[in-house]
Amino acid sequence: MNELLRFIGDGDAIPDKPVPDGLDGKDLLEIYRWLVVLRTFDERAVALQRQGRLGTYALYWGEEATQSGPMYACRDTDWVFPTYRQSSIGALRGVSPATVLAWWRGYGGTHGFYNAREHRVAPICVPIATHLPHAVGLAYAAKLRRDPIAALAWFGEGASSEGDFHEAMNFASVWKVPAVFFCVNNQWAISTPFSKQTATATIVAKAAAYNMPATLVDGFDPIACWKATKDALERARGGGGPTLIEASCYRIGAHGTADDPKLYRDDADAARWRALEPVGRTAGYLTRLGVLDDTKRSAIAEEAKRLIADAVAEMESMDMPGREVLFDYVYARGRPDSFAEGLDELAAVRRPPEVQPLRPQAPPSTGDADAPKGLK
Amino acid sequence: MVEALNLGHHQAMASDDRVLLMGEDVAKTGGVFRVTAGLLDRFGEERVIDTPLAEAGIIGSAIGMSLYGLLPIAEIQFDAFVYPAFEQIVVHAARYAWRTKGQVPASIVIRIPYGGGVRAPEMHSDCPEALFAHVPGLKVVSPAGPADARDMLLAAILDPDPVIFMEPKRIYRAVREEVPQEPPLDIANGNGAGGEILSRARIARPGDDLAIITYGPTVPMSIEAADQLSRERGIEARVLDLRSLYPLDVAAITGSATACGRALVVHEAPRMAGIGAEVSSLIHERVMLDLEAPVMRVTGFEVPFPQFANEDDYLPSVDRIVAGAARVLDW
Repeated sequence: MNELLRFIGDGDAIPDKPVPDGLDGKDLLEIYRWLVVLRTFDERAVALQRQGRLGTYALYWGEEATQSGPMYACRDTDWVFPTYRQSSIGALRGVSPATVLAWWRGYGGTHGFYNAREHRVAPICVPIATHLPHAVGLAYAAKLRRDPIAALAWFGEGASSEGDFHEAMNFASVWKVPAVFFCVNNQWAISTPFSKQTATATIVAKAAAYNMPATLVDGFDPIACWKATKDALERARGGGGPTLIEASCYRIGAHGTADDPKLYRDDADAARWRALEPVGRTAGYLTRLGVLDDTKRSAIAEEAKRLIADAVAEMESMDMPGREVLFDYVYARGRPDSFAEGLDELAAVRRPPEVQPLRPQAPPSTGDADAPKGLK
Repeated sequence: MVEALNLGHHQAMASDDRVLLMGEDVAKTGGVFRVTAGLLDRFGEERVIDTPLAEAGIIGSAIGMSLYGLLPIAEIQFDAFVYPAFEQIVVHAARYAWRTKGQVPASIVIRIPYGGGVRAPEMHSDCPEALFAHVPGLKVVSPAGPADARDMLLAAILDPDPVIFMEPKRIYRAVREEVPQEPPLDIANGNGAGGEILSRARIARPGDDLAIITYGPTVPMSIEAADQLSRERGIEARVLDLRSLYPLDVAAITGSATACGRALVVHEAPRMAGIGAEVSSLIHERVMLDLEAPVMRVTGFEVPFPQFANEDDYLPSVDRIVAGAARVLDW
């Protein structure tokens, strides 16, 4: 049986454990800062959706530790493969958060997409588990090139039911590639609970079928997520092959802004889990360690607010994409004749007034012009 | 054609170490059709990979390799085995350029032996090309002879976009021709007339009385039918080998229809929403007034590909093409 890896207590029944080797006070503050940035993005995105400024948005409130910790364990040369529930994770690597917001606003082309190679962040995967074989193939290529890097891919417990998950795990083990599979087990795939998803007690149990090492961690604890991922990445880069990590947590919020969890689960459960949410819990741990105080805490919160406000302003300053965006970048080389014909056909008719991203908006607040542009 | 494709693989892998081959039984046995024979010995098991038996995993990992800068060739063992990989092809391979501002196309070649005529077991003779031609972001090609097969394979490998490379099984060992050793494009430097080689149709038999528009497995029998029409009716039919099914060479299609005034489309795949429907539509939309008769089609029927005892009833044949030509000529 895998034991749950956990460092951060709850200041009450769950005891704190000492900070693991490899993290100093600066690291801890940075992991915490990333939690806050992610949380700020998420809360702002939900608000923007409610105001009609974004389309349907998949929130990750409470799952920040499963993003901040593993990302902090990566080297810049490692590749990461997010899903829509880690949509803003590229922002920790230099992808503009405005680009991610624009994607949720329904923009494509240069507004809503990014060059995956620039920051080694794969495009946000929307179908379930289909990016996992990509991480395996990329890891194979890196191994072939003798590059000491690894691929890290997120997915949910629901994705473990997909064939692509099994194929990726199997290929990764057979090929012994430097890949790390990070499962965020938040217990819910929209309305389907874990018990209806799989007959195993855990996701890590599945690793045995692939002869793969596995680690179970507290998904609300960014230090535990960091530690498990760091060890797995080091083993991967050193030629030790792939690892499966299961971060056990709970989807405290809805699946997305269009979802109503009241239809299928008891609010009281989410409320109980909320006590373990990572931002407050990590702040408590760092405060008990003497690493964080109120001044630092509010400075980090202020900075995150500015950063996301700037991203929102940038997103809202983007022009509505023109019609040509339909035809741009479908092919890297050669445009089929039908593309020019399509543009001609559109040019002959008025653009319908209902073609608008969403309803018209009030001018955004511009935030502080001196705020840092990148998150890192 | 098998030897020509084999030559193409050898030439591509020798001149560019980013090129890699993967698939079921492609290494040790050299593929069930021996298209990839000898590659393992020459290039080693890191670049010539016998994969686990899982098509989504094969195409998905090929996409990941491409993301890191390799140029994978993925073999699907038989046509009807490609369906587990359909999601990877449609959702990811076809959209990688689109989803990365054109910076990171999925530069993969997916080779699929396809079609009937070789008395294969059930589910080994499908013609799924129209499924792929319908998906924006893919290029879909099918050679009909050895020299084209080698040249188009190299062009497909050099092309930055994902290419579905449909290899007609019945031509693998049926058609022989001399293939010049020197390829018509500069593989080592990744340039040359790759785009042209991949996207242009070719007149496989000259003629100005009827355009028989076809591709892949039905090209040789269309030429045979044209010869028969010449002998029996004094009709000179042009056979236009499309080569590229997406994008289509529209100028060559409409040019042939205009030159001949009559056109017949031939393919093995079922008629409904097939390549023939698109070709016919393009001709009618663009050059209808040049036509003496509507465009007709000789295709597979709208039924599952039959057990092989009946495959000759299903497949287009010289007789069916001649009869189809008569419907256009005598309209």
